[in-house]
This record gives sequence, C-alpha cells and structure tokens, in this order.
Amino acid sequence: MPQEHRLILKHADQPGYTPDLECYLHHGGYDALKKVLALPPKDLPDGKKLSPQEQVREDVKASGLRGRGGAGFSAGIKWSLVDRRSGKPIYLICNADESEPGTFKDRQIIHKDPHQLIEGMILSCWANDVKLAYLYIRGEMPQGAKLLNKALDEARAKNFLGKNILGSGYDLEIYVHRGAGAYICGEETGLIESLEGKRAYPRIKPPYFPAVLGLYMCPTIVNNVETLCHVKHIVNMGPGEYAKLGTPNNTGTRIVSLSGDVKRPGYFEIEVGKVTIGELINDPAFGGGLRDGRKLKAIIPGGSSSKILKAGETFKLNRKGADGQMTKVDVPLLDLPYDFDSLMAAGTMSGSGAIIVLDDTRDIVAALANLADFYAHESCGQCTPCREGSLWMSKALHRLTHGHGRKADADYLLHIAQNIQGRTICAFGEACAWPVLSYVKKFKDDFEAKGAADEARNAAAAKH
Amino acid sequence: MSFAVPANLEAQLDELVTHYPQKRSASLMFLHALQEHFGYISRDAVEWTARKLGLQPINVFELVTFYPMFRQEPLGKTHIKVCRTLSCALAGSGELRTHFCSKLGLDAQKHAPQTTPDGKFTVEFVECLADCGNAPVVLLNEDLLPKVTPAQADEIVAKGKSK
Repeated sequence: MPQEHRLILKHADQPGYTPDLECYLHHGGYDALKKVLALPPKDLPDGKKLSPQEQVREDVKASGLRGRGGAGFSAGIKWSLVDRRSGKPIYLICNADESEPGTFKDRQIIHKDPHQLIEGMILSCWANDVKLAYLYIRGEMPQGAKLLNKALDEARAKNFLGKNILGSGYDLEIYVHRGAGAYICGEETGLIESLEGKRAYPRIKPPYFPAVLGLYMCPTIVNNVETLCHVKHIVNMGPGEYAKLGTPNNTGTRIVSLSGDVKRPGYFEIEVGKVTIGELINDPAFGGGLRDGRKLKAIIPGGSSSKILKAGETFKLNRKGADGQMTKVDVPLLDLPYDFDSLMAAGTMSGSGAIIVLDDTRDIVAALANLADFYAHESCGQCTPCREGSLWMSKALHRLTHGHGRKADADYLLHIAQNIQGRTICAFGEACAWPVLSYVKKFKDDFEAKGAADEARNAAAAKH
Repeated sequence: MSFAVPANLEAQLDELVTHYPQKRSASLMFLHALQEHFGYISRDAVEWTARKLGLQPINVFELVTFYPMFRQEPLGKTHIKVCRTLSCALAGSGELRTHFCSKLGLDAQKHAPQTTPDGKFTVEFVECLADCGNAPVVLLNEDLLPKVTPAQADEIVAKGKSK
C-alpha cells in the first residue's frame, strides 16, 4: 500500500501543533542547530582538518538532496559553487515566492511550521558563513509574512538568531522581504534584482551566476523553502540515513501538491520515487481517483510549466533487471514513479511537485488558453521573443476559444513556441513555450478540429 | 490635500532601511507600507520614497507600474481577488468572479480590476494564489478563503455593504 511519509510535515497537521516557538521546542526544535554548533573539526586521513561548516556542506552533498523549487539541481553542488575566496560577504536568500500554478506546499510550511524553515535557514547560513539572509515571500501571502516575522522575533529573543548565537561567536540576521505579485520573482536572478529594489528583470548567465555575482554582486545562495527545511533533517538523521529515504539519485521526501479533477485534492508528502503518479491520483490515501464517471484526459505533472502527459502514453525508462543490467522498459503513464529522473525520462519534469489532473470533460484548448494568459501576464517584458511571443500565443488561443479560430492556428502556435524557447535570458521562455508545444503536439486533432469548425461556421455565416 | 507620513510609520520605515546594506532595497517594503496606510501609491508617495532612499522618482515609479500589487488609485474597502489560473478555473473561478461582478453591478467582461462607484468594493482577477487544492480561492483583503461558493460570495458582498 503506497502511503505518505511525513518528514517535513511530520507535525504540521497534528492536533494542537501551533506555529509558536514553544511548541516547536517541545518537538525537538533547534536541536539540530545546537548539534552543529557543538561539532568538533573532523580529522581526515590525509592529516587535514574538516571544519564543522565544511562537514555539514559535505553532508548535504552526500545526502543527494535536490532542489525542491523546480529545477531539481543538487543543493550540495549549488552550495559548492559559491565563491568563498572573493572576500565579499556571502548572502543566502530563501525563495518563498511560491507561485508556480498548481503549487501550494511552501504555504503549508510557512503557515504551520515557520520555525522549521527558520532553523533550516540558520543551519544553511551557518554552513556557508552567511551573516545576513533574506526570506523573500510573495506579496500575496501577507499572513505568512506576519507569521514569519513573529517567528523570527521569537528566535531572536532566544538567541537562535542575532549576535553570538548561543555563545558560539556566530552572528546572523534574517529579514523578511515581501514581493508584490510578480511570478518572475521566483526566478532566482529576478528575485535578486527585486530584492535590490528594482524591477525583477532576470540577469544573464554568464556572468551573473548568483554563486559568484548575486545580491549586490556578492556570492549568493538561493534555495527553496522546502529545500532549506530538508537541511535540518539531514543534520538530524545524518546523510546516510536521509539518503535511505526515496530512491537512488532521488533521495528524501517531497511534498506533492495535487489539484484539478480528483476527488481529494491536497498536499501529500512522499518518499521521492516510492509512489507512482497513478497512485498519487487514484489511491484512497492520496487523490482518491477521478470523480465518478470521469476518465483521465491528461496530467500536468510538475507545475503549469511542465510538459503535459496524455492518458494512455507509455515511456521508455531505464530499469535494472534481475541480472543487474540496465534495460529499457516500457512504463505506462500511471506507473511512472513520481521522482525527478523518471519524469525527465518521460520528456517532462517533476518541477515544483505540483500535479494538475484533467478529466475527459475538459477542453484541452481552453486549459492551454488559461495558462497562456498566465504567461502573457507574467512575462517580465525584457526579452522580445518572450514578451511578444507569449502575447501572440495567448491571442491565438483566445480566438480559438472564442469562435474565431483557424485550422492553421495549431501550427502557428508551435512556430511561435519554438521561437521563444532557447532565445531568452531566463527559463521563463521555456516555461511558456513547453505547455504550448506539448499540448498542441499531443492533442493536435483537438486544436485543428476546433479551428476548422470555426472557419467553416464563419465562412457559412459570411455567405448569408 | 497635503501628503504627510505619520511619525510612527516613518520611524518604522527608517528601521526597515537598516535591514539592507543598500537603501534602494527597501523600496518594495516602503511601497507596501505606504499603500497599506494610504490605500494606494500616489505621486507624492513615489517622490517621498525616492527622497528617503536617495533615488530618482522614476526608480520608484517603475516599480509601481511593474509589480501588479501596487495601485495608483484608491481601492474599495473590501478587496476581492479571485484566482484566475488553471486549478481554480477548473473549479469555477470564472463563474465565481462573474457572480461577484453581477452582484455588485460591475462589468464581468472587463479584465482589469474594477471598483464600485461607492468605493466599497474592488473585484479583481489575479493569477495563482498558491492554494490550488482548495480551489476556487479568493484573497479577501488579507484573508485567503478556500473553496468559495456563490452563497459565501453573497455573504462577502452583504458584509462589505454594511461596512
């Protein structure tokens, strides 16, 4: 029986569990911080010493933790890229700009267990010699910002933050910074610009890799809320125990946000790769299946920017056989393990861990039109292909959903999307192109039939 | 009408500036605080912020026009933000917004935020509010409301009218 494995959300929904410091302390809160502050340097076989900070950085690398924000990049490697010799301060920013359509996991942590996030941040800052960090929360979460400010005040009062933390000689300050409704602030360099008080125009890479030239042109780490929480558990469990959760190269747990056409939408924390996408949708422990009488049409597997998966598709995945050899195996859509690598092998991504289910009563053209409007609204406007292209796609889809479509619109949409992806400063170009490319390619008949019907009807009307 | 920032708010904002190595970083937080106090960002608020942070007014104004949450005109006392994006749309947020509009005599065909002539309500379609499991969701001033039904919408309207 597939089931949840709650690590990050272990206490969040327990009766009587509150976001207050006292409650967090009763549940072992800030023990991980005390543990690292007491770590001695470690002697290496070659006679060198590993500082306690380096040990935690190595542990995070060894844990296999991959970023939970969208890209799934190794958190340990991201940290190892930080320029530590520049002489400039190193900053850490928690990306709490949760706004990928379909995603609502960070909200649970912020609202129900803010101290877990703060402890994760303090540990990560300490491990990376960060003295000043920011918690960038999206503007539409005013209550979350208040809760975090209150939690930070509580942590300061107990000296988990501030000068000479718990007598260790380590100083750290964390401040909450609010966004103001722009999706592009979730892109890390856009977020940095926004934190500098500017329009959130993403920076071009190279040279502006945050690890080298980030906030105020200083080395900067940007990590997602959930990723930072995992650091606490890696410290508590040790990287070996942590890596036993999940599957190889897809370690730990992650919180999946499930919405759309299922009986029980909600958030579920699973061991990565131990539950299939079909179980997440259909099992009573998770989505509970589609509404009665409905059939599956498609799955958006990792936030609105991920490529759509069509009901009935099968994918070639590498599987280790009984003889230990890797072979290609056909895996039906619903049997895809929900992890980073399997979804990548299926030509899409697990992204922010957000699944949106569409049943057979849904109009795929209308669904894409809805998302195209989102991307047209959220394009920051910096790069021409994205600024213009996202609008053209939304206009073409608007006419297809308002009785003025053309049969050729399907190919027109593909043409525009192909000319956006790869031609922009940031990944928003791909984010707005991928849905269009995948929906139109996989459901081309729907798009062409709609356009052709409009043309025929309008031509007949013009004759009268 | 003269523009005056109360001393306690100015003191709060002065403290906020100390959170950042560079003053300019405080501009978004200034605009949030001023919008909360005055209801919108006036030209005076832009110029005041620029003076406080050692910026040109355009450096601040370009933020007001870029970030969707900032307003250049007063809003209704009851601000209804209905989520427009896919999961909420599948759960009927389009119909929900139309319901609000028709109850309040607003034009559901218009996409932009609309305020009732008496200044009591603003209805706005916004992008994903990150609570898709509870679709359709509404951000009512600062409170996020899950699974909003037409009956609840009527209650919101009735409450707002008596304010």
